[in-house]
Formats: sequence, structure tokens, C-alpha cells
Amino acid sequence: MLNVADRPAAATHPRNVAPAVHSFGAPLLRGAVGAWMAVIVVIPLFAVAVAAFRRGPEGFWSAISNPQTVAALGLSFGASFVVVLINIVVGTVIAWVMIRDTFPGKFVVDALIDLPFALPTIVAGLTLIALYGPKSPVGINVAYTRAGIVLALLFVTLPFVVRSVQPVLAEIDEEMEEAAFSLGAGGWTAFRLVILPNLLPAILSGAGLAFAKAIGEFGSVVLISGNIPFKTEVGAVNIFNQIENDNVAGAAAISVVLLGMSMVMLIIIAIIEQRGGRHEHAH
Amino acid sequence: MSTPTDLVGPGVRQRAGSSTRTRLTLRTIALVYLGLLVVGPVALMTYSAFADGLRPVIETLTDRAFLHALKLTLIILAIAVPLNTIFGIACAIVVVRQDFRGKRVIDSMLALPLGVSPVVVGLALILVYGARNGWVGPWFMEHGYRIIFSTPAMVLATIFVTLPFVAREVIPVLREIGTDQEQAASILGASPWQTFWMITLPAIRTGVAFGVVLTAARALGEYGAVAVVSGKLAGRTETLTLHVEERWLAFDPVAAYTTSLVLAAMAIAILVIMRRLTPKEH
Repeated sequence: MLNVADRPAAATHPRNVAPAVHSFGAPLLRGAVGAWMAVIVVIPLFAVAVAAFRRGPEGFWSAISNPQTVAALGLSFGASFVVVLINIVVGTVIAWVMIRDTFPGKFVVDALIDLPFALPTIVAGLTLIALYGPKSPVGINVAYTRAGIVLALLFVTLPFVVRSVQPVLAEIDEEMEEAAFSLGAGGWTAFRLVILPNLLPAILSGAGLAFAKAIGEFGSVVLISGNIPFKTEVGAVNIFNQIENDNVAGAAAISVVLLGMSMVMLIIIAIIEQRGGRHEHAH
Repeated sequence: MSTPTDLVGPGVRQRAGSSTRTRLTLRTIALVYLGLLVVGPVALMTYSAFADGLRPVIETLTDRAFLHALKLTLIILAIAVPLNTIFGIACAIVVVRQDFRGKRVIDSMLALPLGVSPVVVGLALILVYGARNGWVGPWFMEHGYRIIFSTPAMVLATIFVTLPFVAREVIPVLREIGTDQEQAASILGASPWQTFWMITLPAIRTGVAFGVVLTAARALGEYGAVAVVSGKLAGRTETLTLHVEERWLAFDPVAAYTTSLVLAAMAIAILVIMRRLTPKEH
């Protein structure tokens, strides 16, 4: 349906704005879209910000400087960081295998990578606890440990780096790699000097999305972590417990910190993507 | 998200450079990682569900709490998916076809729900709709509507977390198709509404379908946001994902596994549909 021949059409209308076509009711549509967004997303999130500072800056500070909360946020940050590092390496390897390698059953592997997107997070946590929990048939038990948290986060963030790197790697000419090889570069040198610089924006963008997902993750972690304060309680679980204890102001304050962390990440991704886009146009 | 093998072309086989050993090493790393992280756990859970035979599985699937959870999940899906589909298409048209100040704000707001922890979504809804201290909750309560700890809040939570999917799929397609045909239609006398139904919608339908599938997948599997606002009242505000947790904590692993398998089967069905929908675009 969308073939290359359609592209020039888009190019002749660079801004794609057609006042003649959609002018009728345009402000109405715009208003409806804005209102829906406000009701569903903006107003509720604004309510969180208001509640966080309900007891003034001191209230905010005392909520987020509570030692148990600091430990939980630190754990979320640290575990997400580890998970992102692993994803950067293994995700790039998997993407490379999916693009440059052929083997029987590859389409099954390709589908497997998407499974964590589709599988409910609570189910993901449960499957991990079945194999790596107290009743593990292979004798590995990471339940109620930080390793268990990392495992759960690795599961739910699996697709991000892979799916971000794959299309970029597919467009990198293999001849470029081969040229490097034929000039005497070893596998690692060729990868580092020829492929990696081209992949870096995609890797970082996938990593950023994975971090944003991991830092606020709840469903996959809640069963396997055991939620032991100061040890295996992550930020999202800490917020959940504050809500259960009717301390919504405290929960809101921690939420603001968590939101801030993932917003910073999303902004960094947006910047990287913009640069990547410009880079592409320059070719 | 398709298999980009076809993009690579025939050069693949005669790999002059990357040695066979490197290739096999990397392939092994990838497969072992996926095996340990995804295949092993999912396979074991499937096995464990059926370990005691079919009877407990059937008992779970005919249990009243399970059936109620299934019904509630489907109700939430039936409300959230169409609403976000309509919003997503409208939002895409506004962002791509209209020019006004604040357009960038709407565009960047679309990324917001992806960066919010599900628990925070639940908290946000409690703060607005909570029956005691919420901004508008007490008013609704006076008029006989309970939002939090009831289905409406679970629907709102689901709509929040799935808000951007349709819009984000449709926006690039709408950009790509341009406005030539729409303008031609309107010059030939079609009303904006006719133009939308006969020109725009058919052109973006794959993007819409893909977005709908993503929305459904996320709506089906949402746990954190729904857990916060549901109050987890068994047989009343329990969705399938909450039922999984409740059964697990009640030391009924077979029911938890079986319910998980139902969710996994739906997830896989959704993956299959996604694959069918993406010959080249994703």
C-alpha cells in the first residue's frame, strides 16, 4: 500500500498541512483531542505534582529523604542501570545475529523477542519465579534477591535495544564491513570502527527506553523481589506501599522523583533521535 | 518489527569477512540468553500448569472468580480500545494535518504515558477521583458514582497507559501519504467527512490496525495501574492479571499458571496478528 512512489507526494507538501481539506471543524477536533489528553493524562499527573508539595518543600523533602525510600529509589536506579548495560551488549549481539546470521527457526527467535512486549508483566514475573524461584527444578533460587529484580527487568526490557538497533543495522551496507575486513581489520576492530559509530544512536535510544521502563517497573518485580525494605524493595513498590498506608502525599513525592528520572531519559532519547535523524538526512 | 532478513539480500551467505567462529559464538550467546530468559521460564510454566493433569486446569477455567475476571478484562478492553482508537486517529490528524500553536505540546505529550510508572498512574487517578479526598471524586460520589475501587477507575487507568499507541502508529503513515488525494477529493466536491472515510481512513488502515493491536495487548496485560485503583476485591474488581496474583498469593499455583497461560495465549494471538499486519512497514 505504501510504496516508494508515494514518497515524492509527501515531499511536495513538506509540512503536510492541508487547510482546504480539514479546515471544517478543525478547531473543534483540536479542542477535543486536547481536552481528552488533559482529562486522561495531564490533570491526573498535575494532581500528583500538587499532592507532592501539599506539605510544602519540607514535606516533599522529608518524604523523599526517608531512608527506606532512598534505599528503594537507589535500588531502582542501580538495577535499571545494570539492566541497561546488559541490554546494550546482549541486545546489540541479538540484533546482529537477527540481521547478519541465518539459521533454521530464525523466525521463531524473532517472535520470541517480541514476547515480553505482549506478555503481561505479572505473568513474566510468575514464569521467572517458576524456573528461578524457591521450587526451581534447576536449583537456582534468586527469589527475594536483587539478582531476581535484575532478571525480571531484563525480561521486560528485552525488546528495546534489539528492535531499535535491528533496522539501522539492516541499512548498514555489509560491503562496508567487508571492506574493513579486507583491509586487514579483525572482527572486533571492524565492528568498533565501522559498525558501532553508526549504531550508537539506535543503541542509546533503545537503552533510554529500556531505562525508562525499568525504573518504574512494578508488575514483573513484585512477586520475585519479596519487597523486603532496604534490600529488595524497588521504587514503584515503595510508592504502592505508601498508597496502601494512606500516605498519598508521600507516595506523590516519590512519584515526582521517579517521573523526573524517566522524563530526563525520554528527553535525552528525543535529543539523540533528532541528531540521528539529521545525520541520516546528511547522507 | 518484521524480520529484516529480506532487506539484507543475497550478500548474506557469502560472508567474506566475519569468520564462522565469530558468527557461531554470537549466535550461541543470543540463543542461550533468550533460552534462559524467555523460553525456559515460559515452557516450565506451561508444563507446571498441566503437571497434575487436565482436571485442575478445567476447574480453574470454569471457576466463577476466573470467569468474572475474564469478563471484567474484556469489558475494560471493549471500552478502552475503541476510545483510544478514535482519539489516536483524531490526534494524528491534528498533529500532522493541522498547523497551530501548541501542536508540539500535543506531540510531545504523546511520549508521556510511556515514561510513567504504572503505580504512579494509579496514584494520579486516586488523587483526582478518590471518593474521600480526590479533586472530583467526592462530587461523583454524591451523585452515586464510585470511580476508585470500581470499574471506571480501571478503565481510566487502562486508557492512560494505552493512550499513545494508535496515534504513534498513525502519525508516520499520515505523514507519508501526503495530501494529494485528500485535496483531489475535496476539489471534486467531497465533504471533509467523506474525504476522511473514503480517502484518509483506507490509506491509514494498516497503521490503525497495528495501533489497535498494541493497545489491546497493553490493555490486556496492564497490572500495576489497575492494581492500585482496583482495591483488588475478588469477584468484583479483579481482572485476569490481578487474578493471577491473587491465586499465586493464595498458594494455588496451578490456577495462577493456568490464568497466566490464558493471558499468554492472548498475547501470542496478538503477536501473530501483529506479524500479519507488518509486511514491510515496521
